[in-house]
Amino acid sequence: MLVASCDEGVLDPHGPVGKAERVILYDSTAIMLAVVIPVIVLTLVFAWWFRAKNSRARYRPDWEYSGRIEMIIWSIPALVILFLGGIAWTGSHNLDPPAPLEGSATPLDIEVISLDWRWLFIYPKEGIASLNRLVVPAGVPLRFRLTSTTVMNSFFVPQLGSQIYTMPNMVTRLNLQADQTGTFEGLSAQFSGDGFSDMRFDLVSTEAEAFKDWVGATKAQGGILDAATFAELLKPAPVAGSRTYAQVSEGLFNRISSGHMAVVPPQRGQ
Amino acid sequence: MLGRLSWAAIPFNVPVVMIAAGSVGFVIFCVLALVTVKGWWPYLWREWITSVDHKRIGVMYIILALLMLVRGFSDAMLMRSQLALAAGHASGYLPPEHYDQIFSAHGTIMIFFVAMPFVVGLMNFVLPLQLGVRDVAFPVLNSVSFWLTAAGVLLVNVSLVVGEFARTGWLAYPPLSEIAYSPGVGVDYYLWSLQISGMGTLLSGINLLTTILKLRAPGMGYRQMPIFCWTALASNLLIVAAFPILTATFAMLLLDRYCGFHFFTNKLGGNPMMYVNLIWSWGHPEVYILILPAFGVFSEVVATFSGKPLFGRRSMVMATMVICVLSFIVWLHHFFTMGAGANVNAFFGIATMIIAVPTGVKIFNWLFTLYGGRIRFTTPVYWALGFMVTFIVGGMTGVLMAIPPADFVLHNSLFLIAHFHNVIIGGVVFGVMAGITYWFPKAFGFTLNERLGKAVFWCWFFGFYLAFMPLYVLGLMGATRRMQHYSNTHWQPLMLLALAGALLILLGIALTGVQLAVSIRQRERNRDVTGDPWNGRTLEWSTPSPPPAWNFANLPQVNGADAFWTMKQQHATAQERNAKRTYETIEVPRNNPTGFFLAFFAVLLGFSLIWRIWWGAGLGLLGAIVVCLIQAWRTDREVEVPAEKIAAFDRLHGLKEGVV
Repeated sequence: MLVASCDEGVLDPHGPVGKAERVILYDSTAIMLAVVIPVIVLTLVFAWWFRAKNSRARYRPDWEYSGRIEMIIWSIPALVILFLGGIAWTGSHNLDPPAPLEGSATPLDIEVISLDWRWLFIYPKEGIASLNRLVVPAGVPLRFRLTSTTVMNSFFVPQLGSQIYTMPNMVTRLNLQADQTGTFEGLSAQFSGDGFSDMRFDLVSTEAEAFKDWVGATKAQGGILDAATFAELLKPAPVAGSRTYAQVSEGLFNRISSGHMAVVPPQRGQ
Repeated sequence: MLGRLSWAAIPFNVPVVMIAAGSVGFVIFCVLALVTVKGWWPYLWREWITSVDHKRIGVMYIILALLMLVRGFSDAMLMRSQLALAAGHASGYLPPEHYDQIFSAHGTIMIFFVAMPFVVGLMNFVLPLQLGVRDVAFPVLNSVSFWLTAAGVLLVNVSLVVGEFARTGWLAYPPLSEIAYSPGVGVDYYLWSLQISGMGTLLSGINLLTTILKLRAPGMGYRQMPIFCWTALASNLLIVAAFPILTATFAMLLLDRYCGFHFFTNKLGGNPMMYVNLIWSWGHPEVYILILPAFGVFSEVVATFSGKPLFGRRSMVMATMVICVLSFIVWLHHFFTMGAGANVNAFFGIATMIIAVPTGVKIFNWLFTLYGGRIRFTTPVYWALGFMVTFIVGGMTGVLMAIPPADFVLHNSLFLIAHFHNVIIGGVVFGVMAGITYWFPKAFGFTLNERLGKAVFWCWFFGFYLAFMPLYVLGLMGATRRMQHYSNTHWQPLMLLALAGALLILLGIALTGVQLAVSIRQRERNRDVTGDPWNGRTLEWSTPSPPPAWNFANLPQVNGADAFWTMKQQHATAQERNAKRTYETIEVPRNNPTGFFLAFFAVLLGFSLIWRIWWGAGLGLLGAIVVCLIQAWRTDREVEVPAEKIAAFDRLHGLKEGVV
C-alpha cells in the first residue's frame, strides 16, 4: 500500500515546496516512530509477561511510584516535542505560503478565483485568463493571489505542495514552483457544495518556450473576460470543460476580492 | 398555517430514504405495540421516563447512544459503499445532494449523539457511586439534560424523512451554511437540534461539576478522589467553559439566517473566518471532553485487572489537568491553511504538540501499571490494550499534522479522516466499550458474555485497521475528504479495503446485540452476587449490584485513593465491613416528569422554528415556560425510604447479619 502511495500525491513532489514538506513528513515520522514502536512492543510484552497465569512473573501489588521512572516518562515525550517543535518553528517560517521562493528567475503572477464549482486563473501581466486549466512554465516561481466569489474552497496541487484557502472578500497568497514539465492534478480541498467533487483542474507545466507559445495562442484565440462574461461564470456549473480568454478587464481580481464587484449569490440548494 | 412545511418536504421519490424510514418506522411501531399490549407503559413511565435516579439516567444515555451508533454507522456504510463504487467515470448510487447530507449527518450524529451521550452516560452512572454519594447534585436537572439531548436526537432523525439535513459538513462553515447558499431547512435542522441538545449538555456539565466539587463521601479530598472522577472533573470543566461558545456561535448563525444579520455573511461587514475561529474554540476542547473520561476508564480498568494501584497517580492527575488547560489554546491548528502568519501557525503548532507530552505520560503510566501486575485478560483489558497500541498511532499522526508545513499537504485529506477516526475509535469508542463491559454488572447485576465480548473487540480492532489504514495512504495520494466520486481509479482497491473494514465493524456492532441477548439469557449463570465481580478498588464495588436507589445505606468513610481496596484489606467480608452500620430514614428524590415535558415542548419549538411555523414556536416556548414554572412551585420533591426497608435490603444482600 505504501509503495503504491509513493508514485503519486504528496509523497511524489515535483517542486521545491512539496519536496521540503516531504522531508518534514519523513523526518518527523521517523523521530516519533523511535518512541512509538518501542512503546507498542513494551505494552504487548508487559501485558503478556505479567498475565495472571505466569507464575514466574513477580507480582508487586503495592508498587505505584518511582521518582526515577516518573522523570524519564516526562522527559521522553518532552524531548521528542522539543525536536518536533524546532521543526515546526523553522518549517512554518521557511515554508510560509506568502514567502517568496528562493531563486533568480522572476516569478510569474497568477490570480486564482474559485467559482461554483470551477477555477478561474488570471495572468495579470499577460492579460489572459484560463478556466479549469493552469498552464505554467517549469522552473519558474509561481506567485499566487487567491480569492473566492461565493464560499470557501482550498486551492491544492498535491504534487507541488502547500494548499491555501480561497475566501470571499479576502486575498490569500501562496508561492509554488514546478521543477519539471508534466501534468499535475489540482483540486479543491475544502467542501463547497454539491459540485465540489468535480472541482478539479489540470496544472500543466511546460518548457518556457512552450509557455510563451501558449500565451500567444491564447491571445490569438479570442474571448473577452469582462463584467458580462464573468457574470456567466457566476452561475453554478457542476461540470465544465476548460477554456481561455484573450483579454481580461483590468483589475477584475481586485474588484472581486475587495467585494466591490456585486457578486449576486446564485440560487443554490433546494 | 404550516410555514414552509408541505407534502413536498417528504422525499417520496427517493427510495433509499423511503425504505430506511419505512423500516425504522415499522420497528418503532412494533416496539410501541409490544409495550402497549404487554401493559408496560406504567412501568416505563414510573421507573425510567420520569426517573431522576442518576443510574437510570446514565443507562438511558447509553441506550440512546447505542441506537444512534446504529444510525451514524448506517451513514458510514452508505459513504463507504458509495466511494467503493464511484471511481473513474462511475458516479455511484448516491447523488451529491444526498451524499452531502449523509456525511454531514454522520459527523454530527457520531460526535453529538453517540460519543457525547456515551461519555455523559458513563459519568452519570459512575460518578456518584465512585464518589460514595447518593445522587448527583441536581437530580431533576439531570433528567432535564437527558431529555433535551433526546429532543435533539429526535429532530435530527426527523430530518431524514421531513425535509432534509444540512449539506455543509458537520461544522457548517459559513458562508456555505448561510441562507444565500443553503436556503433549505437542512442547516436549520442542524442548528436547532444542536442548540437544544447543547443546552442539555451544558446543564449536565454544571450538574456533574457541582457533584464532584461539592458532594463526596466523608474523608474523600481531591487526593483521594478516584482517577475517573478526576478525568470527569476535567471533562465537565471543559463542557462548562466550551459549550456556551457553541451556543453563542450558533445563535449568531441563526440570527444571520432568520433575521438577516451579518455576523458571518460575505456582505456588510460579515466575516466567515470569525465563525471558524469560534466553532473550533469549542471544537477542540470538545475532543478532550470526549477523550479524557475514556482515559479515566482505562486507568480504572488497567489498575483493577492488574491488581495494583495506578502507577504515578499524581502524574496522571497533573497530565489530565494540563490537557484540560492546553486544550483551549490550540484551536487554530484546524485551519493553518487559512493564511495566518508563520508566527501564529508556529505558536499553535507547538502548543498542540505540547499536549502530546502529558498524553504520552499517561500512556507510560498505564504501561507501568501493567508492570508488576497480575493481569486478568477480561474483555475490558482487551479494549485497554487495543487502545494503547492504536491510540499511540493516532497520536503520532496528530502530532505530524500539528506541524504547519506538514498540515499544508495533509489538511482536509483522507489522512486527516484516518487520524481523527484513529483517536476517536481507538480512544473514545474503545474506552466506552471497556467502560460498558466493566460497569455493566454494576448496573444490571450480571456480567456480559466474555467470549462474545472478545469477538466484538476483535471485529472493532481489525475492522478499524482495515477501514482506516487505507485512508491514511489515500490521503497521502492526494484524496480529499467529502468527495462524492473520484476519477483516479488507482484509489479504488484501497476504497474497497476500507469498505471491508467497515463491514467487519458492522459485524462487531451486530455481535454487540447478540452479546446483550445471550448475556440476558445467561444472567442467572453470570449473576454478580457480591457487588464486586472484578475485585475492584473503588467505592462503586462496595455496594450491591444493581445498587439500591439510595446507593449507600451509610456514606462510606474514605481513607486513601483506592478506598474500597483498603477496606477489603482491613476486613475481608462485607458483613465485617458493615458491622457498625446503622439505619436511618433516607430521602431520595421523587420521580419527576419535568424533563420529559420540557423535551416535548423543545421538540415542538425546534420543529416549528425549522419550518417557520410561528404559532407552533410560540406554543412550544410557552409550554416550556409553564413546565418550568410548575417545577418551580413543586414542594413534594423527596420520598422517604424507611430504615426498616434499607435494613431488609442489606440483609437480603448478605451485607448485614440477620434473618431475611
